[in-house]
Amino acid sequence: MAFYVVQFLTGLASAASLFLVASGLSIIFGVTRIVNFAHGAFYMVGAYIAFTLTDRLSGAFGFWGGIVVAALAVALIGVLVEMVLLRRIYHAPELFQLLATFGLTLMVEDLVVLIWGPDDLLGRRAPGFKGAVDFFGQNIPSYDLFLIVLGPVVLGILWLLFQRTRWGVLVRAATQDRDMVAALGVNQKWLFTSVFAVGVFLAALGGALQIPRDAVHHAMDLRIIVEVFVVVVIGGLGSIVGAFVAAVLVSELNAFGILIFPKISIILVFLVMAVVLIVRPWGLFGRPEAPARRTPGLTVNPWRPLTSNERLASLAALGVAAALPLFAGNYALTVGSEIAIFVIFAVSLHFLMAVGGLASFGHAAYFGLGAYGVAFLAKMAGLPMIVCLLLGPLLGCLGAAVFGFFAVQLSGVYFAMLTLAFAQIVWSIAFQWVSVTGGDNGILGVWPEKWAASPSHFYWLALGVATLVTIALRIAVFSPFGYALRATRDSALRSEAIGINVKRMQWTAFVIAGTTAGIGGALFAYLKGSVFPDNLGISLSVDALVMVLLGGVETVSGAVIGAIVYKALNIWLVSQTDLSKLVLGAFIVLIVVVFPKGIVGMLEMLAQRRKGSSPPGSTLLAKPIGPAE
Amino acid sequence: MKLTVGGLNSHYGPAHILFDIALEVGDGEVVALLGRNGAGKSTTFRSIVGLVAQRSGRIVFEGKDVSARPTHEIVRGGLGYVPEERRIFTDLTVEENLEVGRQPKRPNAPYWTREKLFTLFPNLNEMRNRPGGRMSGGEQQMLTIARTLMGNPSLVLLDEPSEGLSPKIVEQMVDAILTMKKEGVSIVVSEQNLHFAKLISDRAYIIERGRICFGGTMAELDARPDIRDAHLSL
Repeated sequence: MAFYVVQFLTGLASAASLFLVASGLSIIFGVTRIVNFAHGAFYMVGAYIAFTLTDRLSGAFGFWGGIVVAALAVALIGVLVEMVLLRRIYHAPELFQLLATFGLTLMVEDLVVLIWGPDDLLGRRAPGFKGAVDFFGQNIPSYDLFLIVLGPVVLGILWLLFQRTRWGVLVRAATQDRDMVAALGVNQKWLFTSVFAVGVFLAALGGALQIPRDAVHHAMDLRIIVEVFVVVVIGGLGSIVGAFVAAVLVSELNAFGILIFPKISIILVFLVMAVVLIVRPWGLFGRPEAPARRTPGLTVNPWRPLTSNERLASLAALGVAAALPLFAGNYALTVGSEIAIFVIFAVSLHFLMAVGGLASFGHAAYFGLGAYGVAFLAKMAGLPMIVCLLLGPLLGCLGAAVFGFFAVQLSGVYFAMLTLAFAQIVWSIAFQWVSVTGGDNGILGVWPEKWAASPSHFYWLALGVATLVTIALRIAVFSPFGYALRATRDSALRSEAIGINVKRMQWTAFVIAGTTAGIGGALFAYLKGSVFPDNLGISLSVDALVMVLLGGVETVSGAVIGAIVYKALNIWLVSQTDLSKLVLGAFIVLIVVVFPKGIVGMLEMLAQRRKGSSPPGSTLLAKPIGPAE
Repeated sequence: MKLTVGGLNSHYGPAHILFDIALEVGDGEVVALLGRNGAGKSTTFRSIVGLVAQRSGRIVFEGKDVSARPTHEIVRGGLGYVPEERRIFTDLTVEENLEVGRQPKRPNAPYWTREKLFTLFPNLNEMRNRPGGRMSGGEQQMLTIARTLMGNPSLVLLDEPSEGLSPKIVEQMVDAILTMKKEGVSIVVSEQNLHFAKLISDRAYIIERGRICFGGTMAELDARPDIRDAHLSL
């Protein structure tokens, strides 16, 4: 019995940091409507700076002072970020905001390695809380007891701040109606900046307070942000009480999940999240959100099938690509195969985003599932390659069917957060369930059969599949199904009113996109000869998003160009610099701020200008289109 | 002149909404802006306080051109705005709603405290801690005016204050507006209801399809039934 009590208390202690970070995210979202992906990065930087300060400063005052100063310093960084970056994108579509703050996260990950090195850092123990308390023969670290008390105390302080101060009243008013607050003479700019500073302070404090418990390392940002997303989805975005209750719930589920399913403890959290989403899609303490301001893909240029000239040009380009083995070496062909596979991946996400208006932040899950599907079939069942290629993607299809069912219950930022959380869950399973997936070591020796083994043959295979997939999805766009799907994207309410089952449409699109990604993953497994958890990791999901964005999310199939340019750049970049994340992150931020239409979107605009018809909206950021409802 | 607007043009996207609007408001004056639904009354107000992004023209308030200033600066300068849709903060209590509107005392404008406003709108006094979302339409209308007065404006733009209110509440509204005038607040009130406008206004403008087509005293308007019938639905 005592053991369970201790387990429960450990869970409560873990909830403290989680609550701090989640409440910060919620507060920022409430007022600015930005889901700050970089929140995990601020948490991490808080931990690193606190590590340095508490290491240098001595005594109890040095320790506690160091923690607070670290959080304040990070809040100051947050103010800079808000003023320089976020102020430019407050009116941009949600997708762009998520991506920009994700780009920031990537940059921070490389920067902390530059400053503090790649190794785990073990922080100082907290003065006064070094020992443990004996509880019926079980030890409880006294620092855990401190954290258990801290959580409710912070909740109380936040409550007082929001209920009893003028600032709190203004923030709550702005959460509801920002423009009206401005029309009463309040400077929104500084209100936003101060809210962002408070939110970032909470995240950094959460990170700083973790150093006596956990090692500080440069991947802690993604781990916390995924947990925080789960917390706010369960608790309800914008609710501080919800963040507290959900943080406790998730931490306890983690604490006890390890006892029940030691290998895949995250399953328990997932099950609870699924139940909450079915019963209350907006979370336990949240309230239904207004429809997204503007879904991705919505465009002022009507889509049309290719003209016969454009068809000929595409055919010619394909001919050139097919002729590559005649003059390129093996390395170039392997790169070519990889690019073709990523075209499949990007096109599948583009279909979901541009046609369905659903921005998935966890699309790699289905790519990776396809890869694992092939690996299971080839290694365990020993099936021939062609059968594996046909059946492997079905695992991606299955995953998309299950997760997609829950994901389409939500929209906008909730959808993005949920897809990310799902992908991370699949990643955790692949990582933790060593007996089946091989864990971090992956599954090796998935080699193609003789007929496809040579680089040129495999290249032709990948190119052929990529071509077929692209054509199939284009046909779908201009089919009745495509029209209906675009209708749900442009206005869910009006679609319902004319008898379209919106959720089923979106679910179908999700499954199509997931299966297609699985096809890419299946080929990828054979290209690399192995499968690793990274094949379904977050960075791969973001790669896909950037490819789509680079190509142009408002185009019919800009992702093809986006994938080719991005993948080629990426392969080149990784060979040139160790700081690829820093460069990539900066690149993403740059696209979002100055280049939001993507390559194909820009070309279309130029072509239209040359024709003399001025496009109604010159840039997406400068003139946001009103919501479709 | 308290407020002088000249050559005001506004657009929503490609649509041209206001055409060369010109109007003047004297110190302590109550001016009615009359017009039918969709004539451009609300857009005129929104343009004056800077809530319409695409606008051009001259907006001189208390001798300063504020046409390039952001909304919150215009409002802080003493130009209060009461929107048509009321836009009460439904999660906030009556007192908290008033707190959002609070601004420092201004030398050349009447000073309003919470207590003073509760005597002006006695209904609100009885529900100080009630959330804005659980009030009737009339109570919300009073709250939204009181909230703007908390900013101690010297001029208030009142967008259709009588819309959708019961006759009894409209009477209270007339009293409240006359009290505001007595205290020295200049008021521009947009209305479709000519009868209501007559009870409170010194002068009137008529706006039709984004253009001002009449300006004069209430007596002058009374003398021109043709204009009244052509531009106002009674």
